[in-house]
Order: sequence, then C-alpha cells, then structure tokens
Amino acid sequence: MTLSAQNLHWSAGGATILRDVSLDVRPGEFLGIIGPNGSGKTSLMSLMSGIRKPQAGAVLLDGRPLSDHGRQAIARRIAFVEQQAETTERITARQAVELGRTPHLGALTPWSRADDAIVDRALEEVDMAHFADRLWHTLSGGERQRLHIARALAQQSPILLLDEPTNHLDIGHQISLLQLVREQDLTVVAALHDLNHAAMFCDRIAVMQGGRIVALGTPAKVLEPQRLLEVFGVTVDVERDSTGGCFIRYRRPEPRPPRLKLVASEGK
Amino acid sequence: MISDRPILLRTGAAFAALLLLLFALGVGAAVGETAIPLDVVAKTVANRLWQAGYPLEPIDEGIIWNYRLSRAMVAACCGSALALCGVILQSLLRNALADPYILGISAGASTGAVSVAILGIGAGALTLPAGAFLGALVAFGLVSALALRAGRGTSAIILAGIAGSQLFNALTSFIVTKAASAEQARGIMFWLLGNLSGVRWPDVWLALPVAILGLLVCLWHARALDAFTFGTESAASLGIPVRRVYVVLIAISALMTATMVSIVGSIGFVGLVIPHAARMVVGVRHGLLLPASALIGAIFMIAADVLSRVIIPGQVLPIGVITALFGAPAFALILSQRRSAL
Repeated sequence: MTLSAQNLHWSAGGATILRDVSLDVRPGEFLGIIGPNGSGKTSLMSLMSGIRKPQAGAVLLDGRPLSDHGRQAIARRIAFVEQQAETTERITARQAVELGRTPHLGALTPWSRADDAIVDRALEEVDMAHFADRLWHTLSGGERQRLHIARALAQQSPILLLDEPTNHLDIGHQISLLQLVREQDLTVVAALHDLNHAAMFCDRIAVMQGGRIVALGTPAKVLEPQRLLEVFGVTVDVERDSTGGCFIRYRRPEPRPPRLKLVASEGK
Repeated sequence: MISDRPILLRTGAAFAALLLLLFALGVGAAVGETAIPLDVVAKTVANRLWQAGYPLEPIDEGIIWNYRLSRAMVAACCGSALALCGVILQSLLRNALADPYILGISAGASTGAVSVAILGIGAGALTLPAGAFLGALVAFGLVSALALRAGRGTSAIILAGIAGSQLFNALTSFIVTKAASAEQARGIMFWLLGNLSGVRWPDVWLALPVAILGLLVCLWHARALDAFTFGTESAASLGIPVRRVYVVLIAISALMTATMVSIVGSIGFVGLVIPHAARMVVGVRHGLLLPASALIGAIFMIAADVLSRVIIPGQVLPIGVITALFGAPAFALILSQRRSAL
C-alpha cells in the first residue's frame, strides 16, 4: 500500500499554488507536512486524497494513478479529514461516525452488526462514546473534530490524510489525538501547524514554502534554526535530547528600532 | 440504529405505509360534493380491475372511476414527487430552502405552458403539458448555469433561482396581459395556481411511472445523499462519485418537477415543507427520509385536493392555494423550532 505524489502542479484563480511537488509516503510512517499559511499544504492534501485532480503530474496509489482507481476503491484505501467540515443537519454524533462506513456499503447492502461494532470502537478511540446520541450542533469544535477523526477511523482505510487535525483542540486533546493517530497501525500524512507536535510525533517531516517542498527528513534533520528562520521568519532555539527528540523554543523578536521609520520619512 | 432493525420490521413498516396510502386514495375518491361510502369505492375498483361484478349505481361508479380516483392518484404522485425533489435539492445543495418552486423550475414551466396556450408556439404540435415540460427544463438550465457562474456557495443557487423565478413570472404575466382574452386569462390564472380538475386516467399513466422511477432512483442513492452531510468534498472522500450523483439526481428531479407541473400546474410549498416535516418524524438519514417524505407528500396532496373540493360548496379552489395556506404556517413553525440548528 504505497502513496506517492509525482511532479504535482496545481493553480487556482491564476495563482500557482503547487509547483513540481514530489513526495513518497513510506508504508506505516507518520509523515508531517509543515509550512506557513498559503504554502500549499491544504492543496497538496486534497490532491493526495484524490478530491482534486492535479493539472500536471500524478498521485500514484500502489503504482497506479488515482484517476485509474474508482472513487469508492480510493476511499477504501485513503481516509481524509479536511479542515472544518460542517453541517446544519440535525445529525447525531454517532450518525456522523457511521458515514465512515459508506465506502464499504453498496446501495443495497444492509447495515450490519459488524458495522455497528466498528463505529462503537471508533467512538471509544476518540473518547466520544458517551456523547454518541448528542446532536452535532450541540457539540464544541474540538468534539466535532474528534468525531471527524472517528469517522475516518471507521472508514478503516490503511492510509489516513489529516489536514490540520488539531485546530480547535485544547492542548490536552491535541496531544492525545496525535498520540491516538500515532498508535493506529496506519500510514499517516498530516498537515500540522505546531512544530513541537511535528517533532514529537512524526517519523519524517516535509517542509513546504511557496508551493514547493524545500526539505524532507527526520525531525532532527529538518528542524534547524536557519531553515525555520528562512521558512517561517521566526528565530528559534532547537534543543535536542539524548533520545534524538528535539524541541523548539521561539525567541521573541527584537523590537524594531524606532529611528528606522523616522529615517524613511525624512528621505521622502 | 434504525437500519439494524430486523428485515421483518422494515417490511412491516413498508406494508403499513402502503395500506395508509391506499386508505388515503380511497378517502380521496369517497369525499366530494356527493359523498360516496368507502365500500362502494372498493367495489368499484374491484369491478374495474378484476370484473368482480358488484351491482353498483353506474353514476357512482363513473364518478369514482373516471373522475375522483384518477385525480387522487395524480395528487399522490405529484405530492410524493415534489417532496422527493425537495429532499434531493435540500441535501445536494445543502440548503434548507431549496425546492423546485424556489429554484424557478415551476415558474419556467408556467411560462412554457402559457407560451403554448396563448401565443400558440409550437403551432399545435406542442400540447400544454409539453410546453410546461420544456419551460421547466429551460428554466432549470438557466438557473443552474447562472449559479455555476456565480460560484459554488450553497446560497448561489437559491439567489439564481430567485432571479429565474422573477424573470419567468414576469414573462408569464407579460404574455397573459398582452395576448390573452379575459376568459383565457382567468383559465390560465387557475392553472397557474395548481389545478387537478382536468385530470383523467391518461395523466395517471404519465405521473405514476415518473413518480415510481423517481422514488427508485432516489432510494438507490440514499447512502450517497447521506454522504453529502458534510459537503461535496467530504462525500468524495467517502467514495461517492460526486459529479455522477449530481447529474443523475438533478436530472431526475427536473424530470419529476416538469412532469408534475405540466399535469397539475405550479404548486408551491410541498417540496419545501414536506421534507422538513418528514425529518422531524424520522430523522435525517435518507434511507428512511426519502420514503417517509414520499408518503407524507402523497397524503398531504390528496388531503389538499379533497379540501379544495369541499371547502367552498359548489366551487373548486386551486390546489396551490390550499398547499400555500397550510404550507406557509407549517414552514414558519418548523423554522422557529429549528432555529438552533440553522
């Protein structure tokens, strides 16, 4: 079960968003994608999930382009959690998770006890079993996000794509959710905002900037002060511990000297 | 979990729904200016379908078979088809306000019908229902094209529909005012508000297959419609071939609306209100919501037709007046109860 992006190109509204992006996802790994806003993380995720088609290049699933696989066949292999999918329907938490079984059910296949058991387990995994009967609109943003993850788990696809999965979550739930995903026997590709979370949970990290992948490797290799300054424009200290883990500490920017402005206006 | 209930229970529910529908049809045929007992209705059906040979008054038998039963059948088909269209459009467009009437399909059908009836477009080759059918398709095409150009937001199609229905209603008024005699204008007004008076068996043989086909196509896509709960991208990631499902379901709802409007005239509020009412009874999952909406829609229209015949003695009200009189307050009630979710 391999997924790889090959020379992807994507532009929208006249702006090029992805340029020549190639990325091989290794089976069983947790691959993080980091990068500033607008660097193309979300577009890359939607191309890799097959929801959008690249204008050039291809996404290969088991060596064949996604366009050769049927929509349902893709969904059985790849589960995708987008950012902030919302609904106004009066749907219960459990029903939202049940949608994850869709790719395994034909139009005439009845819902089975096995499906129920899978949904039960997914709800327990994200610690939402006690909210199963709550209506969607009564839940908090974090609870909704956990249900989206549960839906993806109920889909039982070996590859899981997550687009900023920890948005809206408090720090406790952010870490427990990433830990939960990490513990699954899945290949995971996740766009992440928090560099420390990327360092803690990812086997490899891809850094995106201006629609390209500018670095790819283990957290210890990729998360270097010079690179983070170039990509994110922040000054950081990176601490490494004996087990190979690394931690990012952000430095407060130096206050800009006020005279700079005066000089500029004098020049005018 | 409702879909986990034993097959027996579901078959039982389907059987009960069918009985309820048959009973409503019977009542629809029995009530009227001359009330006819239900058993006479049953015997008439037996006589006509299986040559049972019950001795009956030929006049009663004629009224039931030739007028009321065909009328009740068409009302049922029309009610369920419009309700199904409402469910499909509301789910696909993710907009609680979508229905064929608001999207301008009914207005287009009216313009088509008026063009044929008054302007004589088609030179006798086009019948009034055919004109309505073409008008509905043209309106739907225009509204969809405008919505696509306006962007993908779920409100674009509603705004486009409002523009479309204003345009087609204005065209209809223009044609009626410019070209119609007073008598023609009155007849057209009556038809525009929805009218089952002229309905006979040939109309049943048009409405029934379309309604049944529509129901089957919708049921086949019940799980796909569920998957649209969190939007098209989410549906795609759940393995739904989004474009194909869109084309098939939009086409079937255009077909159902155009057919029903061409037979009965434009009827508002059924497509809008019935799905909301059905959701309150059976929930949001389409496996149940679709058949429930079809059943409630059918019964509602039969009841509306009966009311339109008996509410003013000796006179028939346009059925659209009844559906709006009951539909609008019902919709207001649903809106205020759903406030938290909208």
